[in-house]
Amino acid sequence: MAIDWRHYPTDGFYDELIKATCKPRSAARVLCDYLASLSDDELTERKTAAELAIQVMGITFTVYTEGTSIDRAWPFDIIPRIIPRTEWDRTEAGLKQRVQALNLFIDDLYNEQRIIKDKVFPVELLTESVNFRRQCVGSKPIHKIWAHICGSDLVRDRDGTLYVLEDNLRIPSGVSYMLENRLVIKRVFPELFEHQYILPVDDYVLQLYDMLVSLSPRPGDDPAVVILTPGIYNSAYFEHAYLAQQMGVALVEGSDLMVGDDDCVYMRTIEGPKRVDVIYRRVDDLFLDPEVFHPDSQLGVRRLMRAWRRGRVALANAPGAGVADDKVVYAFVPKIIKYYLDQDPILPNVPSYLCLEEKERVYVLANLDKLVVKPANESGGYGMLVGPHATPKERERFAERIHSDPRNYMAQPTLTLSTVPTLCDHHVEPRHVDLRPFILSGIGTYVTTGGLTRVALNKGSLVVNSSQGGGSKDTWIVDAEGD
Amino acid sequence: MLSRVAQNVYWMARYIERAEDTARLIGVNDILLLDLPRNTLGWEPLVFISGAEDLFYENYNKPDEVSVIQFLVGDRRNPGSIHSSLSSAREDLRTSRDVVPRDAWEQINDLYIYVRDHLVIGMSRRGRFEFLKRIIHGSQQITGLLAGTMNHAAAYEFVRIGRNLERADMTTRILDVRSANLLIQQTQVQEDQSQTQEELNPFENIQWMSVLKSLSAYQMYRQQVRLRVRGPDVLKFLLQDPLFPRTVYHCLEEVEDCLSRLPRNLAPLESIAELRERLTTARIPELALNRASMHTFIDELQMSLGHIHDQLTATYGPQAARK
Repeated sequence: MAIDWRHYPTDGFYDELIKATCKPRSAARVLCDYLASLSDDELTERKTAAELAIQVMGITFTVYTEGTSIDRAWPFDIIPRIIPRTEWDRTEAGLKQRVQALNLFIDDLYNEQRIIKDKVFPVELLTESVNFRRQCVGSKPIHKIWAHICGSDLVRDRDGTLYVLEDNLRIPSGVSYMLENRLVIKRVFPELFEHQYILPVDDYVLQLYDMLVSLSPRPGDDPAVVILTPGIYNSAYFEHAYLAQQMGVALVEGSDLMVGDDDCVYMRTIEGPKRVDVIYRRVDDLFLDPEVFHPDSQLGVRRLMRAWRRGRVALANAPGAGVADDKVVYAFVPKIIKYYLDQDPILPNVPSYLCLEEKERVYVLANLDKLVVKPANESGGYGMLVGPHATPKERERFAERIHSDPRNYMAQPTLTLSTVPTLCDHHVEPRHVDLRPFILSGIGTYVTTGGLTRVALNKGSLVVNSSQGGGSKDTWIVDAEGD
Repeated sequence: MLSRVAQNVYWMARYIERAEDTARLIGVNDILLLDLPRNTLGWEPLVFISGAEDLFYENYNKPDEVSVIQFLVGDRRNPGSIHSSLSSAREDLRTSRDVVPRDAWEQINDLYIYVRDHLVIGMSRRGRFEFLKRIIHGSQQITGLLAGTMNHAAAYEFVRIGRNLERADMTTRILDVRSANLLIQQTQVQEDQSQTQEELNPFENIQWMSVLKSLSAYQMYRQQVRLRVRGPDVLKFLLQDPLFPRTVYHCLEEVEDCLSRLPRNLAPLESIAELRERLTTARIPELALNRASMHTFIDELQMSLGHIHDQLTATYGPQAARK
């Protein structure tokens, strides 16, 4: 037998599939028994089948630093991550609550600023935020929603608690891989779907489309929805194309669009200019409109902001929504939920220390070897310090940065991320994972069934970003009793 | 549909057709040469057909088998090589992946990867036949997939236009190069009445057959033209026959048909009508008596095809749709 669960280490981590040596969690029992029944050859065959499927399906991601080969096959592990449905239902409710509060918060910041007047949120955090867009002050997007698509990262600590690690409110990516992973796994393990109910994930695309349509400034008839991509060299281009194809909407680049004298947006078609109602933009705020932001941006559309402010076109996510996905703002989310919804957060935040507050800064500087320190506005795992893994010299350099710009840093205890068995040459080893569900907000709120499980493929590594040696797994929400 | 996307799928179809045509051309030449005495024909005409002789001689010393095949199959410096064509088709589709069915993208991706990974065996004499066959079949599979699974809306019309213009272009190139070679011999025949054509050039017959085969036209030609394979008949067939899908006439009709369903089609339709008129009124057997007049005629056809391409770009390309 190739996979022998007796040799799978279960100490020190929370494992998502295995409770104790040879004791799978109840939702994972069918899977674990099945895996143990496969021979070496069969396992290799499944792994090869998955690799082949990924190559043929053209599932790729792009790495910035690679000059000539611009895309790479998507690294994927065939052993899925399983979450019992009961746990998921609660998580889903927590995510809805969180995103609802965040949208109220963003709308408030750009309009009345009640939360500041009520002294719940410090004004200096706002004035120093790099993602606060003055150009958006006073805007009132339809349904008062700014972050239509949110990707929140969840991690589980050693004791089994699921925390929200961060909320990505600008242009979160990864959902296409979630959908593709399911297609791959269905080709690889079709038999596993026969004996248990694994909740489907492919509803997302239709939900996304319906949400986008609901934003149209010209309701009623058939609104024109497009996806605006920075183009083929963007690391998420695959996803942009994938979503456009699945929704049956046009994938446009900045040069395909123009804003007319009537402040409406048009796309250049073979029949001449055609009006566009909703733009799912995958271009950063600062490149959206050279008239308002970076004047030399080739990726955006001149006068687009004017069209948006006048309500002639909807942008998802709204420009400026990123003000709430600052890692320092993150620390305030529990208070934000309480303030707008008068509820206690269903999902906990990871305990966070703001370097802006003197007492907390002193603690952070004294405990750099135990903490993870993150800059407020970086994504993709860049620019952070993982204290326990850093050299004294690296910690020293980081301490200087914190001193010179305390507003820009926050710290969290190093969590022992949970693990999932991952295939490494004919046997399984624990590898750390996180989970990124996607939340859609329009008239209603929708959460993906599970999300994208990212896995740090290198032994002991906690970095799950695909740009830095991470891969992914299919995520199963399974109806199972007891645990 | 987006102007940029229209342009991309048009080019994608052209590149796939180009890869298929080039594969067929090499395969047929390969087999033809086995039947000819050494040094009769060689591989150089293929370089002329590809229209990239300058580029070829910049990079290779002589047009031997290895160099020509390398140049036409695997050389990335040659934008018309099979490898480059499929790579361009893939890139064009990658930036317009949303408009074609996913299976077609998978198929193109698969074909490209196959070619990229089998270049060495594909260029060897032993592996070549299988390799070229796979490229031809792969391309046709894509054509079939698009025909069977894509909305026959504007994007599909641009696919068909691209394919048919490329086909017409390839047919004229093959005829130009091959007839230049073969028609000279015919002039000599007429000067020397005492000998029959066959005695003078016993291989002419099989060379014209190979022209037909380069376009997969031999069998269909035989069904329509019962006489033995003669140059002028072959030329007339490949230029003017309305039924065989690779004749210049047929390709033009296809393009016209597609255009008739597109908006703003007046100018390109007019150019096509003119070209068709020129094609149908030409007296091919008379032109074939003289290789210079044949060459001039084919040259005109090629220029008109180029003009139609320019007009399509001007009408539907990204630069055209300005408010």
